[in-house]
Amino acid sequence: LAPWIPVVGLEIHAQISSKSKLFSGSQVQFAAPPNSLVSFFDASLPGTLPVLNRRCVEAAVMTGLALNCSINKKSLFDRKHYFYADLPAGYQITQQRVPIAVNGSLSYSLCIDNKMSHMVTKTVRIKQIQLEQDSGKSLHDDSRCQTLVDLNRAGVGLMEVVMEPDMCCGEEAAAAVRELQLILQTLGSSQAVMAEGQLRVDANVSVHHPGEPYGVRTEVKNINSIRFLAKAIDYEIQRQIEELENGGTILNETRAFDSKLGCTVPMRDKEGKQDYRFMPEPNLPPLILYDAKSLPANMNHQQVINIDWIHERLPDLPSVKREKLVEQYGILPEHSFTLLNEDGLADFFESVVKQTQMKPKKVIGWILNDLLSYLKQHSLTVKESPVSSFLLADLLNLLEKKEISSTAAKQVLAELWKGEGKTPLEIVKEQKLELLQDQKELEQICQAVIDGQENE
Amino acid sequence: AALKDGLRSQVSAALKEGRVTPTELCQQCLARIKSTKFLNAYITVAEETALKQAEESEERYKRGQPLGILDGIPIAVKDNFNTAGIETTCASNMLKGYISPYNATVVQKLLDRGAVLLGKTNLDEFAMGSGSTDGVFGPVRNPWSYSKQYKEKSVSKSHSEDEESNWVNLGGSSGGSAAAVSSFTCFAALGSDTGGSTRNPAAHCGVVGLKPTYGLISRHGLIPLVNSMDVPGILTRCVDDAAVLLGSLAGHDPKDSTTIQDEFKPFGLPDLTGVSKLSIGIPKEYHAPGLSSEIVALWSKAADLFKNAGAKVVEVSLPHTRYSIVCYHVLCTAEVASNMARFDGLEYGHRSDMKDSTESMYAATRREGFNDVVRGRILSGNYFLLKQNYEKYFVKAQKVRRLIADDFVKVFRSGVDVLLTPTTLSDAAPYMEFIQEDNRTRSAQDDLLTQAANMAGLPAISVPTALSERGLPVGLQFIGRSFQEKQLLTVAKWFEKQVQFPVIQLEEVKRHDNGVFQHQKSASFS
Repeated sequence: LAPWIPVVGLEIHAQISSKSKLFSGSQVQFAAPPNSLVSFFDASLPGTLPVLNRRCVEAAVMTGLALNCSINKKSLFDRKHYFYADLPAGYQITQQRVPIAVNGSLSYSLCIDNKMSHMVTKTVRIKQIQLEQDSGKSLHDDSRCQTLVDLNRAGVGLMEVVMEPDMCCGEEAAAAVRELQLILQTLGSSQAVMAEGQLRVDANVSVHHPGEPYGVRTEVKNINSIRFLAKAIDYEIQRQIEELENGGTILNETRAFDSKLGCTVPMRDKEGKQDYRFMPEPNLPPLILYDAKSLPANMNHQQVINIDWIHERLPDLPSVKREKLVEQYGILPEHSFTLLNEDGLADFFESVVKQTQMKPKKVIGWILNDLLSYLKQHSLTVKESPVSSFLLADLLNLLEKKEISSTAAKQVLAELWKGEGKTPLEIVKEQKLELLQDQKELEQICQAVIDGQENE
Repeated sequence: AALKDGLRSQVSAALKEGRVTPTELCQQCLARIKSTKFLNAYITVAEETALKQAEESEERYKRGQPLGILDGIPIAVKDNFNTAGIETTCASNMLKGYISPYNATVVQKLLDRGAVLLGKTNLDEFAMGSGSTDGVFGPVRNPWSYSKQYKEKSVSKSHSEDEESNWVNLGGSSGGSAAAVSSFTCFAALGSDTGGSTRNPAAHCGVVGLKPTYGLISRHGLIPLVNSMDVPGILTRCVDDAAVLLGSLAGHDPKDSTTIQDEFKPFGLPDLTGVSKLSIGIPKEYHAPGLSSEIVALWSKAADLFKNAGAKVVEVSLPHTRYSIVCYHVLCTAEVASNMARFDGLEYGHRSDMKDSTESMYAATRREGFNDVVRGRILSGNYFLLKQNYEKYFVKAQKVRRLIADDFVKVFRSGVDVLLTPTTLSDAAPYMEFIQEDNRTRSAQDDLLTQAANMAGLPAISVPTALSERGLPVGLQFIGRSFQEKQLLTVAKWFEKQVQFPVIQLEEVKRHDNGVFQHQKSASFS
């Protein structure tokens, strides 16, 4: 059987972290009472007009720069028309003709054969980033034959990030999305929490034989976590391969991932192919961005965005942070990868290192093996850790000064997890875990043991 | 006695001097609205709130602290502007009963300056039309139908019989506003102008109709027809008043991203002593087929007036004029299709009882809520926006639009200050004759001379010029350079002074008697 090459592309919608919406002043807030964050514009009241939110543009520029994109100094807004209950105006304002950023790339790391020690770097091309409005939410109440519409989310700013089909499987897609998530969180341009709908991923999947053109692709939606993303993609790849090997064809359709069954199912047919009747948004002039060179002298500062100014102020991206950790502390790349992969763990690590004489290379073991596994076991985040960096550093200092053995240290740690407020020293004294350094005392104890044995 | 021509000359002074109070003025106007109800100019009369505003104004005058020249002045607003607490219908079933929670920026500005909002005026449904005939509240009648000037000229047998059916149309779509100003129910009115909707009825009603430069006055709160062409329009009885209104309304609005940022300075209009420094352009393409010989003659006479006064009058060419109607049709319907998409019955407005599904509810709501004209334009617009048609129609029309706009740029660059053209093809038609043609045909005909200015975003003003042989008003149009309203209005004012357009002599319907209106019993109202 000829081998199959799976091809995976992604369309990611990241909700912009901003106080107000993309084109109106109503607040952005998760889980607020229904229809409590809706301005006249959001509700599409006749005569209302969009006003662009500066912060949203900055977020998109930051993200574009972080993803190595070219920022379009002139980008345009368009209307995308379709009728749906959660789209009050009957159209979404998006950027179809000329988006704000294009032609970037994202590098991410992958473990080969599940071995952390064996990491490779892959790259996926970023086709574009566009600004657009989020829709409201509709809940179907079938029992009462009604649809409930909540417009709180309608008009919230989104960045749509389109990743080219450079990926080949669920694992790659998951790793790419995870890296994007970390980047967005580092920039602060999106909180990117999938569970709160701040990061939504749709996957485009197809398979083909080497040397042949790309196969028909399906779009997979309704993926609620990075783990499910990998599962959904891998399932879909398998499904397509099986279908084709059995002589069937792949339909260019949209499928939903069913997380319970672990498979993809065709979604309700949306009237065949949709013609969105794109039209320029007449109420928004072209979005003009400047850089240091093109910035006119007499411009009102508040009215312009300077790309270079934003570039200069970008924080260290995860990849840079990882390198710095490796360089600064002499830890392994896979260590720094895990440090950054866990929210707050890198800071925790650095904090411990500052407070202890133990070498970072040794500290890292305690962080990754002991602390992290405990947190994982109890489903805790680093922020929720009952053991603070101070306490752990304290403990590691005892170990470093050879006042306790490493076995004893683990015992103390186990006690510390209880979070009873005792210091490591207190626990050591309580449980008599001190390392005896006194030669004579040791000899006496050994002698006693030997004597004890002889008596039996 | 106080209700003569305009603001500054009579009423503002009268108010300040206490010769008339805002309340009296308001009551007079409200009475007048009642007595001219047959004109059907108003959809909603906001009697209570108007009187309250008048009282508040009166308080201010008593304290010697009026807000300005507009304090206490009764005005009317076309019913496609949002007015908080007062119904905004756009003359459509879709918005019958709709009470907006906010004021359009222009409405707010007027209220902030103490103007008294008498009510909302009638229009073609959603401003689609050039006759003010196709709204759900019925057609608006031209006040000149009841003027001595028209009656003297019209050959009518039975007086009372004909009056009911032989009344004259007044163009549109801001017919209600034009009629309201023309019949002295208010001192100024807001209209909207997308293809001529303010200038056209102004010409037919013998009032001044100003279309400002696109981007000068905020559209926030104006329910849009074509976002890229709409402007709030100003209707007044003289050019000076139009300048006053403009001064109160123009300027950047952060709520409208298409308004320019530049600071706007209100201006008064100088009295031109001579026009020798002026260059007037006469675009030859505006000698359109269908232009009545009467209007051609008037146009020529006006050109001569300028020439004889020392101005340079030159023939110019705007070669792409003949494509403007078709181009307008494509762009207008496309934007209409888009703008009307929000009317689905879900958040506000009419909602059908159809409950089978969301889609069926949408379809029924829109069928019930919109008239044929609106639905026709939506269907056309959607057709032009289909993927396979977009390049051929929409993009093509945008390109042609650019050419039309460039025609004007070239002409103005060649040294012409202001263009002089007719506003309408002829004087107003009797209603019965007007409705012989459908809305689309009428719009195509009647917008011909006015909508290129909308395509190019230029300011334009219609000034009442003379009475036709039938005793009906004819206006001429001046088109100016972008944001050069001062120059445009200065020229218009000079012209107004030269032509001395007669005041309408409205024969009052004798049923209504108001003590303050002593002179109402006499034939002329001046």
